[in-house]
Amino acid sequence: MRTTVAEDKDYRGKVHQLSRDIMTDWMTELKDATKSPTPSAYMMISGNCVEILRCFDILPVFPEVNALQLAIRKQSLPYIIKSEEIGYASDNCAYVKADVGYTMCGGVGENGNIPVPDFIVCNFVGCNVYIKWFEHCASMFDVPMIMLDIPFVREDGPSTDDVKYVMTQLKELIAHCEKLTGKKFDIDRLREVLGYSARAERGWSRCKELCKRKPTPFDAYFDSINMMGPINALRGSKVAADFFDQVVEQYEGMVSDGMGVLEDERFRIVFEGPPPYPYYRNFRNLFEAWGAVAVQSTYSTVGGTWEFGFTHDPERPLESIAEQMIIHNLCNRSMIERYAQIQSYVDEYDADALVIHSIKSCRLFSAGQGDMREYFTKDRGVPTLMVESDLEDPRYYAEAQMKNRIDAFFEALTYKRIRGKATA
Amino acid sequence: MSTEAILERCRALLEMMPGEALTEARKTHPDIGGLAVFPLYAPFEVIHAAGLMPVGMFGAGEQVEISHADSRFQSFICSIAKSTLELFLRGDMKSFEGAVFSSICDVARNLSSLVKRNTPDLYIEYLHLPQNMDSAGSLGYTRAEFARFRDNLSARVGRPITDEAIAESTKIYNRVRSLMRDLYDHRMRHSGAIAASDVCTVIRAGTRMMPEDFIPLLEALLDQVKSTPSHPRDGVPVVIEGSFCEQPPLALIDVIEAAGCLIKDDDMVIGWRLFRQDIPSNGPAMDPLGALAEAYLKHSVYTSVRYDRAKPRTEGLMDRMKDSGADAVVFAPAKFCEPALLDYVLFRKKLDEKGVPHLKIEFEEKMWTFEASRTELETFAESMLFD
Repeated sequence: MRTTVAEDKDYRGKVHQLSRDIMTDWMTELKDATKSPTPSAYMMISGNCVEILRCFDILPVFPEVNALQLAIRKQSLPYIIKSEEIGYASDNCAYVKADVGYTMCGGVGENGNIPVPDFIVCNFVGCNVYIKWFEHCASMFDVPMIMLDIPFVREDGPSTDDVKYVMTQLKELIAHCEKLTGKKFDIDRLREVLGYSARAERGWSRCKELCKRKPTPFDAYFDSINMMGPINALRGSKVAADFFDQVVEQYEGMVSDGMGVLEDERFRIVFEGPPPYPYYRNFRNLFEAWGAVAVQSTYSTVGGTWEFGFTHDPERPLESIAEQMIIHNLCNRSMIERYAQIQSYVDEYDADALVIHSIKSCRLFSAGQGDMREYFTKDRGVPTLMVESDLEDPRYYAEAQMKNRIDAFFEALTYKRIRGKATA
Repeated sequence: MSTEAILERCRALLEMMPGEALTEARKTHPDIGGLAVFPLYAPFEVIHAAGLMPVGMFGAGEQVEISHADSRFQSFICSIAKSTLELFLRGDMKSFEGAVFSSICDVARNLSSLVKRNTPDLYIEYLHLPQNMDSAGSLGYTRAEFARFRDNLSARVGRPITDEAIAESTKIYNRVRSLMRDLYDHRMRHSGAIAASDVCTVIRAGTRMMPEDFIPLLEALLDQVKSTPSHPRDGVPVVIEGSFCEQPPLALIDVIEAAGCLIKDDDMVIGWRLFRQDIPSNGPAMDPLGALAEAYLKHSVYTSVRYDRAKPRTEGLMDRMKDSGADAVVFAPAKFCEPALLDYVLFRKKLDEKGVPHLKIEFEEKMWTFEASRTELETFAESMLFD
């Protein structure tokens, strides 16, 4: 049953290594900044405006990336428990708890790995927990918090009032950055930065597009993480743009060689929801064992839905930043729009099934996924599996139960396929 | 009308399903429709000016067995979201034009999508209420959001919603809010004048009747309460915090007071009594939507779902304690309520710094026994009384 992975050509490993290299460089910068006067600012991933910080050489820090790394390195639990000691509930988002616990234990600051930010940019894009998380950070560090209130998409598109509101707040952020750094805002610098963003975004889209091919050159859920760091945290840098040029080359090479991430691609799935980072490898193995590969995933679009054609426009710098924050990312769109996104993935990527990984921490993702399962199984006829654990807290992952559910699902799909052939 | 008769009427309204409350209102207001309002707030004046009764949607307590919504929402989702969805899935909300939700939390947002998908005949609105109170763009945006709501609602009911009508409705709601403030003030100053659970009963029932009918009821109640001599009660004066959305069972409120606490102030049904002052409703350049927007930005009471850089909620809680003469805080968040549970951390830090005693008790709709909470509350109150 176990399918071997195309490791001999080391394609997956190469992209992983490239990503790791540039992300490590950024983390080294963060560590160096703990002991230097380099200005830094906290920011959230979804629908961010990192380009504005880059214009002022303000180092962006993403607490979500910090939480993610703690989880994937299996270090999150002690920090989660530390936070619970000061009043966080077991039902609170464990990303917040891990990050706060890490800060309390000295991870942020002169002797840690992350600099204390000069200020906090709360890009409130969908997730309400962002606001609380950053209020807590602002309180811990006693630094100012700049609120960027991004209106949720609640009509077909953003209104002119929505865009105007966001633009005004972006200009206020720019004024704050000018004051902090003593540098004058340079629109040409922003245009240059946005040019790098657009190049990376085009690369991202091209890679995702390649997953329509059979076999798919990479797993659009598990391997997308290699691209998510660069597109969300390093976007607007030459390094990120160059990275995507290389990744496109890699994956295009694989496609022209007829090579997939799995040697025997048997099931093409669409993934919904964030992964269980503390058991990332284990979880992936449960799918690879069935020759199941993700051809698309909603989670990879939390920062931006680039594959639907949007790129930042250096000719319309602030307008395009505002539009990206409002509408071109998953988090600021409704469940109904997410259903449409998933359906387009199922149709355009010729997927066999939908897998929903429901996590307790993130209610933005998970609240109501039972309805999503209902919709796709009953209304759309898409075989759908829903499993539960968490993206950060290892206590919610039950391997045996998870394996049973996944095995039963793919056994049923296999049987359905055999029966379909027999009756054809 | 006697106090007991008023309370009986309010209790009867709370036992009704939202649709039954609307039918009840139609007995005296035959032409009105209904629009359900999920906590905390929507511009009620706009709904009322559309010829609709805004009806508070606070879940369904023990009245509804959850059979459909459990398969849509996971075990870690708050009960108000489940019972609200259940009411829509069961068809209980058919007599309404629809419902309005707002950007209070991630669950409420997704709930609005689920309701919209599963009840396509209803008008389901989602308001993005501002989280930036002091940007140069805040007022324009908030006014535009209220105008969008007005226009969508107008299209649904098929008639214009005029500025004059909104201004008239503002006057009515100003009166309602002013009377509610009076009731709270009176309870604050005269412990023993009215039980906290009775105040809750009346305030909650007020979300299930036309404001024109609520005004005389509140006036009569205030007359009664103010003219009846009260016997001051002993107890620890407390503020209840964290019950701004899902409402604690009334039996739990009784338990809090029976255990030795005197509730001086609280944040229950806070969205319906959000403003500490009247909203301007007349003048030469009358812009009622602008006035509503400005009130939301500048004159809202603090809540856990509204970020206000200039006035942090921790300061708001300290002010609430000072103004009401409370010595302690009882946190009563609904189980799984992320905004309340996250805010608890900041509140707790502040209270610890100030040396203010506090206790947290969680609740959920289906809760019917409060023995564990009672023991904790008694211990808490005793430790303070004999300190």
